[in-house]
Amino acid sequence: MTMRTPLKEVRGLGSAKEGSDHFWMQRVTGAANLVLAIFAIGLAVHLAGADHTTVARTLARPLVAVPLILFLVSAAIHMRIGMQVIIEDYVHGEATKIVLLMLNTFFTIAVAAAGTFSILKLSFGG
Amino acid sequence: MAEANATRGSRAARPLSPHLQIYKMPINMTMSIVHRITGGALYVGTVLVACVLVATASGADTFASVTGLLGTWPGLIVLVGYTWALLHHLVGGIRHFIWDTGRGYEHATIDLLCWGSLAVSVALTLAIWGYVLLSAGGLDV
Repeated sequence: MTMRTPLKEVRGLGSAKEGSDHFWMQRVTGAANLVLAIFAIGLAVHLAGADHTTVARTLARPLVAVPLILFLVSAAIHMRIGMQVIIEDYVHGEATKIVLLMLNTFFTIAVAAAGTFSILKLSFGG
Repeated sequence: MAEANATRGSRAARPLSPHLQIYKMPINMTMSIVHRITGGALYVGTVLVACVLVATASGADTFASVTGLLGTWPGLIVLVGYTWALLHHLVGGIRHFIWDTGRGYEHATIDLLCWGSLAVSVALTLAIWGYVLLSAGGLDV
């Protein structure tokens, strides 16, 4: 059994140089989401109660499809980081934490992929 | 305790650390917690957004089932809640951007920003849903 503390192992190596990556990425995607969410809300209000044909044709338009896809990607990154912080704050068992962090990645990518694929299908596949 | 206070005399009136039973949560603390809760709710809520998009791409029948489900009273309550969570998180995000610049940390400003963001998010939610439900082309409820 080693008597060395984890601190001893890393002392002198310097920082990992990525301590502020999450902080900054959360701001960048937050700023993007601010603009893109307002667009998405406006679109949802505009399409509320509309029939399938209208919704499908609207989502297929490039000026609607592109911002929506950007929103899905930006929101997925934003909520992946956000949920990671929540998991790291409240889950202390190492195995559970690793599994939840993995599921977090799977979930956020799956949601973005499902939405993006659907918009692309409406745009290209009719 | 009584003996200790007695020996210390008038000096015993110094401030005590916050005590759970008498602790009044400042609004910024509540808003911080609500920011995380709305973030978590939006995380789950993106499933709704994905469902609507997938249903639209799947065809008219699937679209009708999903929008029909969302048009029921429980569905509408979820949608109104989702709208508020999104707007509250969005407005709270603007508040955090202001704080990121190092400004707005005076007590009065903190309270104003926190209560203000709550007021704005509630007002916008009511305005949006008032418009959607009352406008001519609104949802068939």
